[in-house]
Amino acid sequence: MQSSISRLTLFQPSSLDEALTMLRDEGPLAPMAGCTDLFVALNFGTLAETRFLDLWQLDALKTIEERDGALSIGALATHTDLIRSSLVRRRLPMLAAAAREIGGVQIQNRGTLGGNVANASPAGDTLPVLAAADATVVLRNAGGTRRVPFTAFYTGYRQTVRRPDELIVSFDIAPVRGRQAFRKVGTRAAQAISKVVMAVVAGEAPRIAIGSVAPTVVRARRTEAALAAGASIAEAQRLLVEEIAPIDDIRSTAAYRRRVTASLLAHLLAPRSS
Amino acid sequence: MASRAAKAVGRNVLRKEGHAKVTGAARYIDDLTFPGLLHARTIRSTIPAGQIAKVRFKGDRAGFTLVDHHDIPGRNIVALIDDDQPCLAERAIRHVAEPILLLVHEDREKLRAAEVQIDYRPSTPNYDPETSAIAFKSIAIDKGNVDEGFAAADVIVDGEYRTGLQEQLYIETNGVIAVPGHGVAGGDDGITVYGSMQCPYYVHRALMILLGLPAEQVRVIQTETGGGFGGKEEYPSMIAGHAALAALKTGRPVKLVYDRVEDMLATTKRHPSIIRHRTGVTRDGRLTAMDIDAVLDGGAYATLSAVVLSRGMIHAAGPYRCDHVRIRGRATMTNTPPNGAFRGFGAPQTQFAADVHMDRIAERLGLDPVRVREINALRPGDTTATGQRLGADSSALRVLREAVKRTDFKKRRRALASSNGPAEAGRHTPARGIGLSLFFHGSGFTGAGEVKLASKASLALTGRGARIHVASTEIGQGTRTMLAQIVADALGVPYEHIDVNAADTGEVPDSGPTVASRTCMIVGRILQRCAEEMRGRLGSLTPRQYLRKFGPLTITKQYERPAGMVWDDTLYKGDAYGSYGWGCDVVEVEVDRDTFEVKATAFTTVHEIGKAIHPTLALGQIEGGSAQGLGYALLEDVVMRDGRMTNATLTNYIIPTSLDTPPMKVVLLENPYPHGPSGAKGVGEMPIDGPAPAVINALRHAGFDLREIPATPEKIMAVAS
Repeated sequence: MQSSISRLTLFQPSSLDEALTMLRDEGPLAPMAGCTDLFVALNFGTLAETRFLDLWQLDALKTIEERDGALSIGALATHTDLIRSSLVRRRLPMLAAAAREIGGVQIQNRGTLGGNVANASPAGDTLPVLAAADATVVLRNAGGTRRVPFTAFYTGYRQTVRRPDELIVSFDIAPVRGRQAFRKVGTRAAQAISKVVMAVVAGEAPRIAIGSVAPTVVRARRTEAALAAGASIAEAQRLLVEEIAPIDDIRSTAAYRRRVTASLLAHLLAPRSS
Repeated sequence: MASRAAKAVGRNVLRKEGHAKVTGAARYIDDLTFPGLLHARTIRSTIPAGQIAKVRFKGDRAGFTLVDHHDIPGRNIVALIDDDQPCLAERAIRHVAEPILLLVHEDREKLRAAEVQIDYRPSTPNYDPETSAIAFKSIAIDKGNVDEGFAAADVIVDGEYRTGLQEQLYIETNGVIAVPGHGVAGGDDGITVYGSMQCPYYVHRALMILLGLPAEQVRVIQTETGGGFGGKEEYPSMIAGHAALAALKTGRPVKLVYDRVEDMLATTKRHPSIIRHRTGVTRDGRLTAMDIDAVLDGGAYATLSAVVLSRGMIHAAGPYRCDHVRIRGRATMTNTPPNGAFRGFGAPQTQFAADVHMDRIAERLGLDPVRVREINALRPGDTTATGQRLGADSSALRVLREAVKRTDFKKRRRALASSNGPAEAGRHTPARGIGLSLFFHGSGFTGAGEVKLASKASLALTGRGARIHVASTEIGQGTRTMLAQIVADALGVPYEHIDVNAADTGEVPDSGPTVASRTCMIVGRILQRCAEEMRGRLGSLTPRQYLRKFGPLTITKQYERPAGMVWDDTLYKGDAYGSYGWGCDVVEVEVDRDTFEVKATAFTTVHEIGKAIHPTLALGQIEGGSAQGLGYALLEDVVMRDGRMTNATLTNYIIPTSLDTPPMKVVLLENPYPHGPSGAKGVGEMPIDGPAPAVINALRHAGFDLREIPATPEKIMAVAS
């Protein structure tokens, strides 16, 4: 049953600096923005945290811009913002494609890119895109800023390198060379959680990232190297299934995830795939 | 009578409660409150089998009232068919989420934070319905002699089919409010229960037995109800009992409303089934023997399993004629939450098996699926498995031929088959297929059920027309509207001049439960007779003139069995239903060769329902039931681990969205039933019988040979080459 809400505490900063000060002085606090994951846990009665930091009003973290040649996306950009941004559609079309397949319109209006990353579910639909794009996570605390490669952000199932006093403020993405492709396989045609989700950059230096097939999003380095060295699709598929560690769960099976991962690789690498 | 009203039957009049629902004025159970209202929370078992050793409330008990089985003044049962299910567990636990005690407090937040520790002595659970030693009910149907039938066969075809659990997923969860005092004539004794429910008199009876109260001290009032699909047939008796016990103990009104997770974990679902067919057939396609064996998983208590099994077995041979039939069925106990009523009530399971098997027979004989059904479809004058001789209101061939014509089925099937070809490496075009299903559905209670129910309905004259008094509930399907249309025409007044009383046991007679596709055909006909008599009494007077001259007029009538209708409940022989609806579904599917995801791309259904009283509402029932049937076929998967539903959220229990639902073409045919109002039969359940076998037949045509639903991509992959 629903968690009790009267025992929860909410901090509402009006600026990023104030938010970072609260994190330092009042912590530990759980950052929250669109609440699209948090409310599911609340309604299911599994919400563990009791003290929250509300970031929703921090407009400075909603910016999507080009900075020094890189695409910079604020952590609070919503999925709707990503879909509507001509910059994102031009520079990182696979991210717009992923955002379109997250939840329904209401969820897209509330859910944020930073929230999807921070929630650290291996089924997060934007995660393979950020991994395949070699994005950088920009973290900040009251003392300063640090930058972490997205592929080093996760350390285990639902574990990240973010320190308790840090916030994700933005993602920086250098120009991506090659054709981008994205495919989500959910439990139905829309409003579904992924069973397998894959982002691919096809080209001379292929990049492949997969979600829902391991405790964290997987970047398939060995498969990429083999493809760059001229391996066939069949060889690449064999390697790829060795690089993932899927399980049976309430949504699918390990066997299905392995087979579909291999099939999607061929599908997404094929020129002009549908 | 002077007024000459436009006919209401057959016209899409405004729904009686439509305005209130659209404007948000309609009030559902959780919208209601009472002075001094308390809230209740149910503490449930966390093990599937064993004994309760110790119960401890943790923390500060201030303001809490605890209710357990010691507080039951009457018998500790949820009275239904068998008296096996306790309202609150005493010692033995038979399933996860079994209610043990209730916490009551004025603050819902305090209730949520409260903790109760229960220690158990667990025992070994059984989850296998086939090896279960306990059968709630066994049924045998015999027609002719199957050994003779098999001897006359050229070919024998065997098949085993399985169907899974399905959640009703009404949009409004189960909920009630119990208020001390029965309220009639200011009565302070007894109890009144308001709630979301299908069957107020089921709740009424269960409360009398649980509380040891006489009938007049128990009052049950249905509130606006957001869907039921059978899920509010028997379960409200349980939750009403809980709230009533809490209200009587505290002397204050008590609200008990489930959230979605609790509703999915604890309440009834569709029975899973394992069904085996062995069929004898001649080379030219005629059925000579049907031998059918079925097991339904009843869950931990009997609830309605006996009657679900009954309807399932009577429909098990499908809408086909065969001289030699043997049907054996049993519903057994397992340590899972009890399964119960769900739209279709056993028939979707057994007709899934029958019509998937029919395509296998066709394939063995090299016949097309239409031909084998044309040869064997029940005609007027034929007898069903129970020996019921069908009248002119039988339409199996008609719906089949209409569906085949509308979809150009044979040509489409050839075209799709040739578009598939052998799979090539790297080919990304989907595999495509088309399938059909032929089905029927009996309207009303099975066998002697309607005679036993002896339903009553009343009509009270008002200044402008009449007021309907029935316990039949509006749960979204249009009961109030449809009954008012029937009465308006029979009385000769405009539809707008007919009112419908609340389903309040203090005010309305027992017109029986709102189940079994019976409300229109059975209750509608009783009301029509009331209205005909009222019209005769009025003569040339208007209602107002009559009231002035003679005073109030209420006419009450009881169900009358149609002449010649005979049923033997011991031998399971005779006229199982007053009439049957008939349906044929055609579905086209595409299967993604990479992911095995299925998309239904086209759906046509032909339904013969006697008479559509309100065509738009009938269409709504058929479209909604078909979508729910497509979900049953492809998506809806209750994942049970250790006797507990592990995906009890809308995030993870997957029902179809509009993107998963194909455009639907619905064709309504009308072949009147002489004893239904304006010829009407039932319509609510039949639409869910057809989609699953049609989808599985289409998948088979596309190259994926399944025998089980839901046909998830994981299962399709397992049969893919």
